[in-house]
Amino acid sequence: MGSTILNIQHLCCGYPKFQLSGITVEMPKGSFTGIIGPNGSGKTTLFRAITGTLGIKSGQILLGDKNLHSLAPRQRAQRIAIVSQFIESGDISVEDYVLMGRIPYHSKFSFFESEEDFEIAQKYMEMTGTWKFKDRLMSELSGGEQQLAGIARALTQQPELLLLDEPTSHLDITHQVRILNLLQQLNQEMGLSVLMVIHDLNLASEYCDRLILINQGTVHMQGTPEEVLTFQNIEDVYQTVVVTQNNPLSGKPAIFLASRKVLKEIQERLAKGEQRKED
Amino acid sequence: MVDMQKKYYRWSLYLAGLLILLGFTVLVSLSIGEINFGLGEIVNILRKGGESMEYTILKQIRIPRVLLGIAVGGSLSLSGILLQGVYRNPLVEPYTLGISGGASLGVAFVVVFGLHHLIGSFMLPLAGFVGSFLIIFLVYTLSTRNGKVNIQSMLLTGVMVSFIASSTMMLLMSVTNSENVHGIIFWIMGSLDEPDMSLTYTILIISIISLFASYLFVQPLNALRLGEEKAKHLGINTDTAIKLLFLMSSLLAGVSVAVAGIIGFVGLIIPHVMRLLVGSDYRILLVSSFLSGAIFLVLSDVIARTIIAPNELPIGVITGIIGGIVFLLMMSRSSYRARKNNG
Repeated sequence: MGSTILNIQHLCCGYPKFQLSGITVEMPKGSFTGIIGPNGSGKTTLFRAITGTLGIKSGQILLGDKNLHSLAPRQRAQRIAIVSQFIESGDISVEDYVLMGRIPYHSKFSFFESEEDFEIAQKYMEMTGTWKFKDRLMSELSGGEQQLAGIARALTQQPELLLLDEPTSHLDITHQVRILNLLQQLNQEMGLSVLMVIHDLNLASEYCDRLILINQGTVHMQGTPEEVLTFQNIEDVYQTVVVTQNNPLSGKPAIFLASRKVLKEIQERLAKGEQRKED
Repeated sequence: MVDMQKKYYRWSLYLAGLLILLGFTVLVSLSIGEINFGLGEIVNILRKGGESMEYTILKQIRIPRVLLGIAVGGSLSLSGILLQGVYRNPLVEPYTLGISGGASLGVAFVVVFGLHHLIGSFMLPLAGFVGSFLIIFLVYTLSTRNGKVNIQSMLLTGVMVSFIASSTMMLLMSVTNSENVHGIIFWIMGSLDEPDMSLTYTILIISIISLFASYLFVQPLNALRLGEEKAKHLGINTDTAIKLLFLMSSLLAGVSVAVAGIIGFVGLIIPHVMRLLVGSDYRILLVSSFLSGAIFLVLSDVIARTIIAPNELPIGVITGIIGGIVFLLMMSRSSYRARKNNG
């Protein structure tokens, strides 16, 4: 069973007021998995447990065949790279920021970056299209460009698993699609395993090959987008009426919302129709 | 590839520039006083040595004073840059956390209760050092829960404890006689006039060792620029780094205040100015803060000694006024530049 990258078994963790319980998730190596669920369902808590920021109460998280919490922080940082939702980095040049991805590989006392560090950083800056900004300050980039720099920094860590926390949530559709296309390319060409928390169900459906639907601190369902994104599942978890149909191009499920006004009109029309039938 | 190492080239230029500036400042400071020497003369006097009056003045008075200026200026500035790195807050300085309040309270206590004649000239520095460390220890303990330091709450605790300490000092001053009040105020205003050579050498050695030791934390400091959590994601043991850095900066500021009194603004302004000049990478920032703190204090001391000669102004007054004005000028220039860039 060398084929799972992340194996979470009976995980319980959380805060005094909010707990995740009985989370069991298996993520195959090379998969592109999305964590979805309503606000406050526990997506971020699960994310923090996997990044090692949050201690766990019971259960275990295996990275490959190693227990995540037995790994030293530096070893963990060589295997898991994390891109946060906001990349606030102030007065650091893009190049210096990306080079920080080499920190897990530096000995404690090494002072200068090696030629290899520069080469790796340059490679991933070119791949993410941030090479042309390399001398600008991080604070001068737009939100989308900062995300790209964040991904370049994470790739510079040369991880086996890339974790992203809502990488597209405050971006316009151009940048949303650009970032997700990049992730898809990394996933397919480099075989990088990607796990991301994502709010947008349609994007999740379009790009992920596996989805984990979280609700009230437990896994409501996991599987392929077709299995998870059924209107019953969504209505159960999100308490919202939706219509699902397949995307005409990709064939993946797409979710449509309707306003209350429209829903009401439909209800009235249906009621009238039934009345007419009764007459 | 060559392009990428431009950074290191630039750093060596900064370093060389600051070292030359420091050398020049030291020479100026050695040459100016009641008797002025030419810059070239100094070397000659020192080489000849012997019993000449010029040599005695340099060796006994001016050189120790310059060395103390370098040590205190460098220490305060290094202490400031380390704290700003730990707190990710450019407004934090060594005195924010109660080091100055604790030191003054310790000195006031000793003076008011007439203990300062007990062990001679060592008593006031000792009182200042003990006072500042007791306060820092208190602030640290109050902000530690379950073995973890909450650095944000520590800042608030430090400000409050500082207030309590300085109010208590006021209380002591209000109930004692005017001679004691004068003694306390004189100490607080700060001076590089330290008759005891061994204290000067002690702090010089501590400051230089700390400068080298701070380089062991250059990686955590650089990673902490992204925030504590993101530094952890990069595999940095932030808890240990923060504790040790905090300890080191307290030690630096504590010994400086103990020996030279409360010399304000160096620990706040110099790191700020350096960040604007050399950038935010701690590899160059630490040493350039140390050097420019030393330059700034030695230069301020020259002004303090000469502006109303033969009398002397308190050096804290000079650092505050000059430092404040230079800082405001830099701020308005950089915000002007920022506006122009955005516009």
